[in-house]
Amino acid sequence: MAVIEQLTQDFLRTKKLPHIWCPGCGNGIVTAALVRAIERADFDQKDVVIVSGIGCSSRAAGYLNFNTLHTTHGRALAFATGLKMARPELKLFVIMGDGDCSAIGGNHFIHSARRNIDLNAVIVNNHIYGMTGGQHSPLTPVGKKATTAPRGTLEREFDLLKLARGAGATFGARGIAAQPRQLEQLIARAAKHKGFSVVEALSPCPIAYGRRNKLGGAVEMLREMKDSSISVEKASSMDTSELEDKTLTGVLFSEEAPEFSEEYHKSINKENA
Amino acid sequence: MAYEMLSGSQAAAAAVQRAGVDLVAAYPITPQTAIVETLANYEAKGELGGDFVSVESEYAALACCYGAAAAGARVFTATASHGLAYMHEVIHWCSGARVPVVMVNVNRAIGAPWCLDPDQGDSLSQRDTGWMQIYCSGAQEVFDTVLQAYVLSESLLLPCLVVFDGFYISHTYEAVDIPEKEKTLEFVGEKRFKPQVVPGNPVNLHGLTTGDNQILLVRNRHESMIKALDLFKQVNKKFEGYFARSYKAVDSVIPPGSKTVFVAAGSTVETIRWALPGLKDCGLIQLRMFRPYPAEELCAVLEAHDVERVIVVDRNCSIGMGGIFSQELKAALYNMENPPIVEDLLLAGGIDLTIDMLHRVLETTAEGKNADQKWGVDVR
Ligand code: SF4
Repeated sequence: MAVIEQLTQDFLRTKKLPHIWCPGCGNGIVTAALVRAIERADFDQKDVVIVSGIGCSSRAAGYLNFNTLHTTHGRALAFATGLKMARPELKLFVIMGDGDCSAIGGNHFIHSARRNIDLNAVIVNNHIYGMTGGQHSPLTPVGKKATTAPRGTLEREFDLLKLARGAGATFGARGIAAQPRQLEQLIARAAKHKGFSVVEALSPCPIAYGRRNKLGGAVEMLREMKDSSISVEKASSMDTSELEDKTLTGVLFSEEAPEFSEEYHKSINKENA
Repeated sequence: MAYEMLSGSQAAAAAVQRAGVDLVAAYPITPQTAIVETLANYEAKGELGGDFVSVESEYAALACCYGAAAAGARVFTATASHGLAYMHEVIHWCSGARVPVVMVNVNRAIGAPWCLDPDQGDSLSQRDTGWMQIYCSGAQEVFDTVLQAYVLSESLLLPCLVVFDGFYISHTYEAVDIPEKEKTLEFVGEKRFKPQVVPGNPVNLHGLTTGDNQILLVRNRHESMIKALDLFKQVNKKFEGYFARSYKAVDSVIPPGSKTVFVAAGSTVETIRWALPGLKDCGLIQLRMFRPYPAEELCAVLEAHDVERVIVVDRNCSIGMGGIFSQELKAALYNMENPPIVEDLLLAGGIDLTIDMLHRVLETTAEGKNADQKWGVDVR
């Protein structure tokens, strides 16, 4: 059997398919990259747990054939923290959307980063609340339209990776749905990193975001995503003026620092010794 | 009169637009989102007459409303289900702080697991927070109640929750009479409250107090809330004068000779109303106001018609006790000389009420252990 078919059979709940995502949605590409990354990281399937919040991308949990928890809006990281502390051997992937992670869940995001707890946050950033039909999120770029910002949003957006780093995360990467292989590699590296890892996956939502902002269909959105991004490696030899309006992809930071669940259990063992 | 085909959500937004609001704070959640989206559109077209703030969570939405109301603004927000649950702390806070706030809650079940159906447990979980609660059975009622809620809330300095069922009301369309804004503004009137935060007059609000003070504040709030029962009548008299329709806290359709009465709140009222001609010796009571609880009015209606059997339709369940509307009704009947028997039809989870169910419930009499509690799944 071809590798891809084997992966589908092992790692997807095929009975749950077809998925609910719209044609052209990037959620499927990101989910597939995640599946391949888990394979690449060579984790035991029984140790992998997927935790998601709520929103279009969080529906991925239902399609993935691991222990999967669909949790409340913005709180997936808090639920995952409990799992990791109780069972440190688990490999946890936390799937969130941009609204889920950075608006209502912003507090849990910065505190997971601060603790440097070994969770792998995969944030599917489509710049919009897709499931509820297109409201602006903290990652909607200034000027872009949403049902709750018909004139275009005036609010400045987060730079999610700067936020994560500032709060103490030790691994941060950005991939794009237009380059699924790179995205897969980034998630796999995040998975292997000990500490709080953040992978921001830029993903097209042609329905609730693209249409309202006249960005074309999925193909145009993916093309634009590709054209406007550049890898950190290439960018390192370029002028800042050339990098204006470019989105950096790749590993933006990776550092070593004590991981919270390990430190905690070490301290308990010391006390009990 | 100008009729428009509106969903319950659009009717709520239309009322807010015609109530002279200064600030709307918004966060999306199904099945409420259409309300704040409609308001965002009004704002974009310059027709809202107030500010529209899109915030990062439901908690922030209500806190933002609190802040604006403390500064003297007429405010609005809407939510549902998990959003309302997440607001819980500020829901208490707004009431304790005596700021007028009008909020719409569109009923939807609370997880786990995720469920979108219109269980009433979200709003009923907020029963004891010091908010008035009014349950609507259709889009016209939603429009009218939102306008009335501003008068109630600002007169009593207590927040008001206007509640209706997700999808059955929020997403279905009906012809709604939308009066001229001039008239609705005149009805709602000038703001009846003073800002708590006034530049040049520094105050420290809501600092630490003792139980000895707190009990007085709680009693004061309770007594204010009770006044809503009379005020609701006055407000509706005024409303009738303006718009030629009015509502009661407890409405009823009880044909002579009715032995059984269904008690319901929300969209199930309309199902029963429609089925009533085919249900032998049956009447209907619509419980519109839930907080304050119109116990006397309810008992008076039951007494006047010599009702023998009451079947409460509860699209909710207080786990370990039963339907919340039926519990409250039983408590209210305690002082009645010949109270009717009370049975409970539980539609928890938000399941649909069908006419078949009504017939089946009528056929099965209450005998044996727990026979007074019937689960909707067993009688459909
Ligand atoms: S609304 Fe957008 S994010 Fe949601 S499934 Fe459709 S395309 Fe994807």
